[in-house]
Amino acid sequence: MIDQKELDDIDRQLINMVQLDFPLDSRPFRTLGEQIGVSEEAVISHLKKLTELGAIRRIGPIIDTRKIGGFSTLIAMRVPEHEIGKVAMQINGFDEVSHNYLRPGTYNLWFTVSARSKSRLLEILSEIKKTGYPFLDLPVERMFKIGVRFRV
Amino acid sequence: MNVIDMQLIKLTQNGIKLVPEPFKKIALELDISEEDAVRRIGSMIDRGILRRFGASIGHRALGIVANAMCVWNVPDERIEGAGAIMAGFDEVSHCYERARCPDWDYNLYTMVHARTKEECEHIAQEISRATGISDYIILFSEKEFKKTGVRI
Repeated sequence: MIDQKELDDIDRQLINMVQLDFPLDSRPFRTLGEQIGVSEEAVISHLKKLTELGAIRRIGPIIDTRKIGGFSTLIAMRVPEHEIGKVAMQINGFDEVSHNYLRPGTYNLWFTVSARSKSRLLEILSEIKKTGYPFLDLPVERMFKIGVRFRV
Repeated sequence: MNVIDMQLIKLTQNGIKLVPEPFKKIALELDISEEDAVRRIGSMIDRGILRRFGASIGHRALGIVANAMCVWNVPDERIEGAGAIMAGFDEVSHCYERARCPDWDYNLYTMVHARTKEECEHIAQEISRATGISDYIILFSEKEFKKTGVRI
């Protein structure tokens, strides 16, 4: 975890801005700099630092699976504790798995699968079934809120 | 969605380079202009193919170490109202209705992020009070096996 004192005002402003309002032009870092009164070089060096610290994972597209014709679901799996590491790695082996977490409770391995087609999703689920562990298939029925900005 | 748009997502989904002209090389590779590249990204946002284009942040690095999935058992006829209230909480990043399963009654899912587990628990209590939904469990993420975001 980053010591909060390591982040200065520029870092905080940049983190808040680049999540939602990343400028879509050919010199985005210059534009960001103009907005907060620092140079393009300063923006880039702050963003590099924030990436190294893990505060920013990447700057890129956040895809809506359904709009590109894909299908996704959340799987909750019941895996014996001593097997969890092995099974988690097996699950991670699918490129289509975007998030995978250990959580407490009967169902302890929770992961999301986003596939390019319904048939590919079913194929992955049938592969997962081969592990032999029981799981819940929990597709989204309705969305009320999707990942927005975190204020720092 | 055409081939160039698809390629554009593929070339940016691991994160654009932190250089003055991050779209230059990508545009060159696709044989389009930089202006066209950023215009296409903007258009994909307008069409909903991309939820946004920007930074994904590392919650843990930023001290937001308590990340909980709260699952709620909400009567079907109250889901609309409860979902809207939950989505209104700043600490809730995602709120989805998901299918119920035979031995799993929970149908509303919220991701709650805070600096401590106690804070997450407190927020869940607040949500419970605001919605009148008392059947819920908090599933903290104990380990992150994977987090890549949706890729194509």
